Amino acid sequence: MAMAIRVFLSFLLFLSLTNLASSLYEDQVGLMDWHQQYIGKVKHAVFHTQKTGRKRVLVSTEENVVASLDLRHGEIFWRHVLGTNDVVDGIDIALGKYVITLSSDGSILRAWNLPDGQMVWESSLQGSKESKSILNIPKNLKADKDDLILVFGKGCLHAISGIDGEVLWRKDFASESIEVSHIIQSPEVIYVAGFVGSSKFYVYEVNAKSGELLKNNHVALPFATSGESLSVSGDKFVVLDDVRSKIVTIDINNGNINYNQKQVSDLIKDSSGQAVILPSKLPGLFALKINSQVLLIKVTNEGELVALDQIDNTAAFSNALSISEDQHVFAFVQYEDNKIQLSVKDVNDWNGALLKENLVIDHQRGNIEKIFINNYVRTDRSHGFRALMVMEDHSLLLVQQGEIVWSREDGLASVVDVTTSELPVEKEGVSVAKVEQNLFEWLKGHVLKLKGTLMIASAEEKIAIQKLRLRSSEKSKMTRDHNGFRKLLIVLTRAGKVFALHTGDGRIVWSTTLHALRKSEDCEHPVGLNIYQWQVPHHHALDENPSLLVIGRCGPSVTAPTVISFLDAYTGKELNSLSLAHTVARVIPLPYTDSTEQRLHLIIDVNKHAYLYPRTPEAIEILKREFSNIYWYSVETDNGVIRGHALKSNCIHEIVDEYCFVFRDLWSIVFPSESEKIIATVTRKSNEVVHTQAKVMTDHDVMYKYISKNILFVANAAPKASGEIGTATPEEATLVIYIIDTVTGRILHRMTHHGCQGPVHAVFSENWVVYHYFNLRAHRHEMSVIEVYDQSRADNKDIWKFVLGKHNLTSPISSYYRPEISAKSQSYFFTHSVKAIEVTSTAKGITSKQLLIGTIGDQVLALDKRFLDPRRTLNPSQAEKEEGIIPLTDSLPIISQSYITHSLKVEGLRGIVTVPAKLESTSLVFAYGVDLFFTQIAPSRTYDSLTEDFSYALLLLTIVALVAALFVTYVLSERKDLEEKWR
Amino acid sequence: MTLLRSILTVTLLLTFFFTLSPAFQSDELLLDDEEFGLEGGRPQTRPSSPNTAATTTTTTTRKRIPDSASDSKIQFTLEHAFGDSDFSEAGNFSARLKTWSHGAQTLTKLRFSRDAFTEDEKNKFQELLKRDDFYRIRLPSNVLSPPGRDYIVSSVKARCLPGDGLEEHFVIHTEGVNILAVNYGAPGACPFPRQLKLPAKWSFKSHTLLKNTEQAPRTPIFTEELIGGEGIEGELVQPIERSFWAKYWMYMIPLGLIVMNAVTQAANMPEEQAGGQAGAPPQQGTAVQRGTNSGVRRR
Repeated sequence: MAMAIRVFLSFLLFLSLTNLASSLYEDQVGLMDWHQQYIGKVKHAVFHTQKTGRKRVLVSTEENVVASLDLRHGEIFWRHVLGTNDVVDGIDIALGKYVITLSSDGSILRAWNLPDGQMVWESSLQGSKESKSILNIPKNLKADKDDLILVFGKGCLHAISGIDGEVLWRKDFASESIEVSHIIQSPEVIYVAGFVGSSKFYVYEVNAKSGELLKNNHVALPFATSGESLSVSGDKFVVLDDVRSKIVTIDINNGNINYNQKQVSDLIKDSSGQAVILPSKLPGLFALKINSQVLLIKVTNEGELVALDQIDNTAAFSNALSISEDQHVFAFVQYEDNKIQLSVKDVNDWNGALLKENLVIDHQRGNIEKIFINNYVRTDRSHGFRALMVMEDHSLLLVQQGEIVWSREDGLASVVDVTTSELPVEKEGVSVAKVEQNLFEWLKGHVLKLKGTLMIASAEEKIAIQKLRLRSSEKSKMTRDHNGFRKLLIVLTRAGKVFALHTGDGRIVWSTTLHALRKSEDCEHPVGLNIYQWQVPHHHALDENPSLLVIGRCGPSVTAPTVISFLDAYTGKELNSLSLAHTVARVIPLPYTDSTEQRLHLIIDVNKHAYLYPRTPEAIEILKREFSNIYWYSVETDNGVIRGHALKSNCIHEIVDEYCFVFRDLWSIVFPSESEKIIATVTRKSNEVVHTQAKVMTDHDVMYKYISKNILFVANAAPKASGEIGTATPEEATLVIYIIDTVTGRILHRMTHHGCQGPVHAVFSENWVVYHYFNLRAHRHEMSVIEVYDQSRADNKDIWKFVLGKHNLTSPISSYYRPEISAKSQSYFFTHSVKAIEVTSTAKGITSKQLLIGTIGDQVLALDKRFLDPRRTLNPSQAEKEEGIIPLTDSLPIISQSYITHSLKVEGLRGIVTVPAKLESTSLVFAYGVDLFFTQIAPSRTYDSLTEDFSYALLLLTIVALVAALFVTYVLSERKDLEEKWR
Repeated sequence: MTLLRSILTVTLLLTFFFTLSPAFQSDELLLDDEEFGLEGGRPQTRPSSPNTAATTTTTTTRKRIPDSASDSKIQFTLEHAFGDSDFSEAGNFSARLKTWSHGAQTLTKLRFSRDAFTEDEKNKFQELLKRDDFYRIRLPSNVLSPPGRDYIVSSVKARCLPGDGLEEHFVIHTEGVNILAVNYGAPGACPFPRQLKLPAKWSFKSHTLLKNTEQAPRTPIFTEELIGGEGIEGELVQPIERSFWAKYWMYMIPLGLIVMNAVTQAANMPEEQAGGQAGAPPQQGTAVQRGTNSGVRRR
């Protein structure tokens, strides 16, 4: 037994040693990799600046991040990424020391320790009905009392102790059919107000101590209302009627509910547009937006409405901030002919402005979407204000004294697509290299390095060496390097902004907000969709810049109008942009380029038309030539149908458009809807390079890989088992996987996993597919591999056939061949659940491959493909061992050294992108989520180059010493010779 | 004796049958019986290899219904289209629907009879061949209630079909009573510059095959495993040694040189003879060789 354990342990150790290739030493962290932390677009912000040394702002974002930022520099103090389904509804500070967040539709309430972000308590709130969620924390300056936190969520009102998160009482409003929109807290009584239907306004009085319902009251308005009601002060609400022509003021003073109404046209002359009440909470005031104008209206104590002011071209309003007992201020931003003006005004004293500043904000950031203000005491004891602004490109700015103190590019937290671009070729005569440091610096550096290699360097010196290495390395140059490590990562964010990041150090080389994807009247919710390489000049690499194609859409639905834009990859300049007359369902980059090396793209719209881009006669010529060789497929996930298509003819429209084509369905696969549902489809990467088709087995047999670009992996789960893990029994769950040829629609391989279910993550490369799913019977995740081999070439083994030319290796391959394939498959257990799977790709495809697995812990694990080899057996023969076949185990090993993210986390990991470097052994890896991480990995070690930390100086020194020693010994021996001769 | 005679008769009959079989135009198409293990009830020849068992030729449109039908029998039609024309009936599949005790239904014993091309269809097909266009077929996705949710469409370049006659190959993927997909095409090769070739005979030679899903291999489960074992300890040390050498070779070589030099000097000193020097050059030679060796390994 002990022996067995020892052997097993030594085996594990052996495994870990064989995998050292992907691990690195502590001092190598940051040499080739970089990591950037983001938070996403800010939804709510709460300042915490009272009597603390560190001033901070607490934010919750659309990426479901709760973070505490340094108010001075914008750095992250702490940060928590809640899950994708755990949307943050509210954030506030309680008791002066806890950050309270309400999330998941008002069902989870958490308290975080303010200084370090540790979770203090968590309460799960029960409820039966979907409803709006409200977090209400009393602003009590006396922190000694246990304040009640009131939460309305899931149709229930909960009173929660701020100290330990205990639910003190609960009042269910689910049966009352009330849409609760306000909670007003007074020491004894809590008022819960909201509409029933659209015209009955109800107010419930609840005992603050026990949650007992004291009384309820309601008023029926003679007309329906529309939009959200807004609480103006403790007992007054405003709401618009359904035609948006009347403002209704509801007063619930002393338990009696009264209402007043006023025509919008009485307050403003030109009331033709749609009126909207802005959701800014201002005591005694509210803002009404009509067209581009904002009307500030004061609600008097008697419930009368008085128009205070009319502000043009406003961008954003902040909530009110109380700076003293009875002074409330708020801020708003105005655009005035290319200038941005920030104004801070007192709510009660309209005429005087506390602050009026002009700002200069980079045009690329777009409009200001949200503004949060905070006050501080100036050196002259007057009130100063700083404002936190959320921009259209999701970036975050802090403005103080008319200047941007810091900014965060938080748009990078929502990367939707990534592509790469080569850097410019280094031109002769133009030296990009920095001026050499002086000789002394150079010497000092080398002395330090020498110390480092001799291991006599102190801790500070080690840091200095690290810095020196970083600085002196050529990795951040803006030119192409010999090894192809330096590239531009072009990322498209959800906001429609394009960033170019340098692979060397991750800095932003340029960023562009696409003009066509700015928010406007026609384009209300622009989103970035995809980014493609449009033109990659090889012949004119010196004098032409590569360009990119960006596709965006004005809204989430497929039928929304689409915008395409062309960008210069080196400068980010927008070369051209088009508003398309058609929709975009799919973009297919074709494997053809025209004479200017622009790639041909087919854009498929929802009305079954295909459009060719670029729209040039030359492109048409090329397409005509290859007309019958263009095939593609479409997956109708809801319907369970996969169809294959080919081009047919030009469109028949009223207007002749020769770039428009209709297509026909060539084949279809209809999955039975009662037993199968498509949950994942994966294809091979179109630019993948395969080095050899033949695979030599241990018995000197040759297998031929079935390599086709037109191959699709489909995973179907039983409809009952397509939900969360645990909702279906193993008997109900099946997972059926298919490998389909997408030209002819042939099913090449089909296999059923009984008792298994999704989610399925898969990666397809060369002739194999690896997929990850859950096995309900074994209660574990599994990973399976399928390798597909071509049998039609299997008999090309005889050397005489080659000599006599009787082999069929040179015969062209067509999809219309009847495929003779054999598939090998094996499954292994895998401990983690997975967020993404990718495979390394290298320039020539010679280097062995590693799977990059984005684990649930937001790390990236590199796993050798050898572990997922269907030929693994329990006792491999000597020959098989030599070939590198690992003895069969039931589960895949997770070796902590093979995390390529080492100690870091790529929070909210969503995707992994691999790009081949020019150096065959190396692959560049970019992982994105809320964070960004980049590194380069060598799956079979860097067999074709010296490592980066190789000391050339020491090598030179050794050679010099050797030569010197040679001379000395030569002279010595000569002398001895002479002496001997003279003897 | 009788035994011998009977064997002889059987052999004779069989040989007779085999010589006849190309001439005998069978309308049977019974496939994949091995897969479903449904034997018997077929007054048919059993060709020797399973490969040929999977294919029979059909040229006539006559139908013959086998007499042993304990399970229900169903039929569904094959429809075809020339290029973008509408679909029209082209043949008939018949199969047996076997209902299992647990309620699942599977299709077995697929037979196919194809209608011959009419003159009009022949012209259309020739037109397709000239244009190198698609010949399309479709099947219902549910055989009990055709066409089910949608038709299963498949197509092939018409120029792939003409061989000796017209040859086609169906692989029908089923799941219970549902048809998922049909792999349709020529049984042989169809290399890309497709040549225009008119069929010699206008009769179809059809091969059909029913395919059901395969079971995925089970994940091996080892409770307590001892794999590998020997030969590992030896490899444990090696990488460490190498990395040490790779790290410090630049110090080792000069050191070795100096030591060697000193040794030579020392050897020369007491002997004070010319022969003492002979030891130095080969040693130096090995040192240099080792240096280059490690250099290679370092890469």
